[in-house]
Amino acid sequence: MELVTDKKILTKGNYAIANAAVMAGCECYFGYPITPQSEIGEFMSGKMQELKRAYVSAESELAAINMVIGACSTGKKAMTSSSSCAVALMQEGLSYAASDELPVVLVSVMRGGPGLGNIYPSQGDYFQATKGGGDGDYKLIVLAPSTVQECADLTYKAFYLAHKYKNPTVLLADGMLGQMMEPVVFKDYPYPKVDNSSWALDGANNRDGRIIRSYAPSAHNQCEFLQKLHQKYKLIEENETEWEEIGTDDADVILVSFGSTARNAKIAAKMCREKGLKVGVLRPITLFPFPSKRLSELSKQGKKFISVEVNMGQMINDVKLAVKDDVKLINKPVGIPPAPVEIVKQIEEYYASF
Amino acid sequence: MQVFKIPEVFREDMKYTFCPGCDHGVAVRLVAEVLDELGLKEDTIAVASVGCSVTIYDFLNLDTIEAPHGRALAVATGVKRAKPDKFVFTYQGDGDFASIGLAESMHSALRGENLTAICINNTTYGMTGGQLGPTTLMGQVTTTSPMGRNAEYYGYPIKITEHVALCDGTAYAARVSLDTVANIKKAKEAIKSAFDVQLKGLGFGFVEILSTCPTNWRMTPEKAHERVRNEMMPVFKPGVYKDIRG
Amino acid sequence: MKNYIVIDDTRCKACYLCVNECPRKLIKVSNKTNKLGDRIVEFDDKDGACLGCAMCATRCPDMAITEVHRG
Repeated sequence: MELVTDKKILTKGNYAIANAAVMAGCECYFGYPITPQSEIGEFMSGKMQELKRAYVSAESELAAINMVIGACSTGKKAMTSSSSCAVALMQEGLSYAASDELPVVLVSVMRGGPGLGNIYPSQGDYFQATKGGGDGDYKLIVLAPSTVQECADLTYKAFYLAHKYKNPTVLLADGMLGQMMEPVVFKDYPYPKVDNSSWALDGANNRDGRIIRSYAPSAHNQCEFLQKLHQKYKLIEENETEWEEIGTDDADVILVSFGSTARNAKIAAKMCREKGLKVGVLRPITLFPFPSKRLSELSKQGKKFISVEVNMGQMINDVKLAVKDDVKLINKPVGIPPAPVEIVKQIEEYYASF
Repeated sequence: MQVFKIPEVFREDMKYTFCPGCDHGVAVRLVAEVLDELGLKEDTIAVASVGCSVTIYDFLNLDTIEAPHGRALAVATGVKRAKPDKFVFTYQGDGDFASIGLAESMHSALRGENLTAICINNTTYGMTGGQLGPTTLMGQVTTTSPMGRNAEYYGYPIKITEHVALCDGTAYAARVSLDTVANIKKAKEAIKSAFDVQLKGLGFGFVEILSTCPTNWRMTPEKAHERVRNEMMPVFKPGVYKDIRG
Repeated sequence: MKNYIVIDDTRCKACYLCVNECPRKLIKVSNKTNKLGDRIVEFDDKDGACLGCAMCATRCPDMAITEVHRG
């Protein structure tokens, strides 16, 4: 596979992510294979060596995430990629990285769970990504692409936000996005360089040794630290919340949907419009920070909400918290997203219930 | 002439927080002496681990990252691959290196990561109160082997250095003891060699240091050294197990 | 010049490893106590017998013997 820098090509989401990571200046990749994201590691293994950057076929996902932690402690752009049951193995590392305030980038391409599950697409790791499976009070920045183009664009953004906020950042794709092909253009990395000279480990030259640690034997210090950490999360919520809205102004019902599923939600909303039903779509692009404030505003205008997801209903909890109202769920437990006609059918039933 | 002083790499006014008589203090000092002698302070990134070893960053004035339990060598791999021109070492206990972190440790040696691992073997989990660990000797009483270690329930202790020496990526592997002043001097030479192979770019350097845990062994520091000599050294035989420098 | 050692009382944890290590038996348990109330050691060399061998400092796990001077 060649590195694509300046032309439009037809490629898989996984290759788009990997290509964009290299373009974003990712200097270190560490990973362990798992379907449906193995193309990322395959692409990186060759490309990183060609470019004389760091690549390790890690012995496990535990090792991979900790290698990223080590590389990030030096201020370098570093990443790993994995999927569901293997991202579960990385939760310890993500908790440490959040506490250490390290710019770890994780690409999580969701498959069916729980357990080994299967390799069908899924959105069953919304909780895993946004609520955290590691210990303690921490948040990851979570970006959810909906197209192959966004897989590339949000990969750039993941590196930028991770370094800007010194916070582990997840690109949360799914097996469908990872495997499907779409046209994509790779622009130059659009974000400014983030200065890390005040904290990165580089050898204690004419200064005291810096310590990157999470061990906090003093309860008092830990209270202060957590307050500070959560001020940062608040800042991220204020500055970085991103979403897409289609036809929400006059809508009675708004479909809230992210990732590949949002594509079908959009088609369904359009079909509803043709039937005279005023349906709009709100697609969260950042899952943390979640567009709660916007959902709350729309709710105050008397609109109703339906969460469309490929899981048993996870994001719906955040929608409910935001709109402070009953929210309907249209879901499919696992697999490719529910077909637009199926979504439309359930929306019609929903209208009929009033 | 001053023949002994506190190494310069220590933080100003530091005081060890180890228990009285604990050999960790000697091991950290030897690492510090070698860092001083090789002039490495400003080029070093250290990796601390979980256990009593976690506190090294309170003592050594080095850029240091603390790894999750068992992951020191994965973190060190990341550091070294990101910054190949830096000197990178881990300071770990036997539980960290050879139990929870065995996969990370062995694979770092197998990959021939150009870094150095220092592993303190005191046959117990010291920080948590003296439980059975991967190096607990047969018959040894700990808080989780109240009748002594037996093969039926616990299996056998791991001979770490022998395993590390078997890895093709290992450039230097030695086991040393801190039971006598003579052996302390040998230990320092071994640490220097394990650092030297990294500086020469030869691969993985490893030193296993037999040390005491008087508190959890319920022994005086003096008796603890006798135990190292009489019980540990016959099983964990000191020596240089691999040195590709010839 | 006399050989001598310097002991930092605040670092001594009263493990007494140095007491037996000294080939001339010049380090003794004193009447002074540390923060925990344990009696710490002192250097007692009225006859100038210290060899300046630094075995005590090499042995001390707490760097309580902060300096050793020879000649």
